[in-house]
Amino acid sequence: MSHTDAAPLGPAGPPVKSNGDERLLHRSLGRRLMGRPELGSVVGAAAVFVFFSIVAEPFLRASSLSTVLYASSTIGIMAVPVALLMIGGEFDLSAGVMVVSSALISSMFSYQMTANTWVGVGVSLLVTLAIGAFNGLLLTRTKLPSFIITLGTFFMLTGLNLGFTKLISGTVSTKTIADMEGFESARTLFASHLTLGSVDIQVTILWWIVLVAVATWILLRTRVGNWIFAVGGNADAARAVGVPVAKTKIGLYMGVAFAAWVSGQHLLFSYDAIQSGDGVGNEFLYIIAAAVGGCLMTGGFGSAIGAAVGAFIFGMASKGIVYAQWNPDWYKFFLGAMLLLATLLNAWVRKRAEEKA
Amino acid sequence: MARVRRRGRVVSAVLAAALGASLAGCSSTGGLRAEQERAAKAAGGKAAVNTPRWTFAMVTHSGDGDTFWDIVQNGAQQAAVKDNIKFVYGHDKEAQRQSQLVQSYIDQKVDGLIVSLAKPNAMKDVVAKAEKAGIPVITVNSGAEESKAFGALSHIGQDETVAGEAVGEELNKRGRKKALCILHEQGNVGHEQRCDGAEKTFKGDLQKLYVEGTNMPDVQSSIESKLQSDSSIDAVVTLGAPFAPTAVKAKEQAGSKAEIDTFDLNAQVATGLKDGTLGFAVDQQPYLQGYEAVDLLWLYKYNSDVLGGGKPVLTGPQVITKKDAAALEDYTKRGTR
Repeated sequence: MSHTDAAPLGPAGPPVKSNGDERLLHRSLGRRLMGRPELGSVVGAAAVFVFFSIVAEPFLRASSLSTVLYASSTIGIMAVPVALLMIGGEFDLSAGVMVVSSALISSMFSYQMTANTWVGVGVSLLVTLAIGAFNGLLLTRTKLPSFIITLGTFFMLTGLNLGFTKLISGTVSTKTIADMEGFESARTLFASHLTLGSVDIQVTILWWIVLVAVATWILLRTRVGNWIFAVGGNADAARAVGVPVAKTKIGLYMGVAFAAWVSGQHLLFSYDAIQSGDGVGNEFLYIIAAAVGGCLMTGGFGSAIGAAVGAFIFGMASKGIVYAQWNPDWYKFFLGAMLLLATLLNAWVRKRAEEKA
Repeated sequence: MARVRRRGRVVSAVLAAALGASLAGCSSTGGLRAEQERAAKAAGGKAAVNTPRWTFAMVTHSGDGDTFWDIVQNGAQQAAVKDNIKFVYGHDKEAQRQSQLVQSYIDQKVDGLIVSLAKPNAMKDVVAKAEKAGIPVITVNSGAEESKAFGALSHIGQDETVAGEAVGEELNKRGRKKALCILHEQGNVGHEQRCDGAEKTFKGDLQKLYVEGTNMPDVQSSIESKLQSDSSIDAVVTLGAPFAPTAVKAKEQAGSKAEIDTFDLNAQVATGLKDGTLGFAVDQQPYLQGYEAVDLLWLYKYNSDVLGGGKPVLTGPQVITKKDAAALEDYTKRGTR
């Protein structure tokens, strides 16, 4: 539990700071809550929840809630490291396709080698982490904007996914590996669900909660957390006081890669054959979730819990529309409007909070 | 220096571990080995005719990595081998770029063209240019109405509305009352025609549900929520084979009793039909679309034959149920059904 005070580095350091500062001594609990980045999104989530509880009768059932949570978790798992990366001041446009790459690698390796599926899962972890490290290394070495670097990776991965899948399996989707050894145990870890009473809990929800908890602990309780805020707030100042900027950024990209691996294995063991063209466009969902959850697009400010709430808003909005039985022709419009409203409410609440504090 | 060496050692240790694990951790079931054993009886392709080696080009509106068009291509390639044809293939889901591809094949003076007319207006001019350059054109898959007017020899494909109607009738036969039609691409004309066709002949109530086709968990949770919100739905029809197994998972999660049916076929669907998790599949036989297109172009060049008399040659719908599934399983695995 080491505290390194990084407050002077960024324009907005972590709101929970060391106790030595006299200016913070008299802040009440309410005031401190107001300064949290996720506050606005929590209010937004409550608004979306109440709204769909009223307009969609089946929305409040326990079974529906577990569906909403599942939808949220598949975005949420990725939104967590993407939020950390955004706090660190960078983007990753390759995140959506990387999920599919990770699933393809593990499926094709197991199939082609006729290996136990766990071997494929392990190889996939190594390769996916290497892709993340590649993003980070290229970014820190070339000093090009992350938008360009990861856009390049995005296209390369999209091409590799299709090219390799066709080259190796002869078709555009992978062959099923459901009859191979190790499949059942891997499915238990990545794609099972447990029943609690009448509610079905998908294992992705647990992965999501664990990732949020770990990320929150890193951000608020470790030195690395301070580094992340520092490099996102002002990289030059951070470097001047000895923060390992390059290492931090590479680590953040590898964090995204790790989550992409988890999501990819979920895809694979849930649907056992993978379409090589999937995943394109999902990177925006992750970024949206982080942004709705209060992460600043410019870096230096945000939280993992906020990103989780953002993913939850997205899950509620996208499934709530189905529960409400609205005319499907307008589906995308409703979704966009809902997200915009949640974000606006979020920004408004934060502004008021900042004025009061 | 010591640090560099240590890093090198870590990398090689990791690689060795991965390699070792892959050698030790073999699966005795499934995988490539099982497939190779199955494929032992595969036949080698040889030309069956001694006509000149013509070049035929196919340009479709397929996106990257589309299962369906992959099978069309397989059919075309196999016919090309038999007919001593050099077969080239291009695709782009943007109509403008698709027409540019056709133009580039006209510039290369190919001997025959196969095009899909998903967005007919954008393709009209370029098809006319091909006619003018003396290149015979056959349209496949979409564009049944426009094909003749644009001057193509024949059209080979399925009428989407007719295919939809077949689904509606099959649902009636199975005594279904309330069906859900899952569209995985919003704004795709063919998808709308399928659902509308089904609605036309289906005596019960049919509702549409749009899902994000490139995001499987979203497909699953959307179908799940729809089934939860309306427990009277007793049939779910997906418009593409990869979505059928996902619909089955959604149904199980939602605790629904609905029957899952689908358009198109793949290995997973064939297995699903065999073990009864899927009700039926409506196949438009994409292999046939590719195979016939190349073969008809060859027949035209060789013998001036034209099939269909200006009317589309239909490749579907073929309704496949449990009793056909076993025979089709092997064909789906090799990518021709």
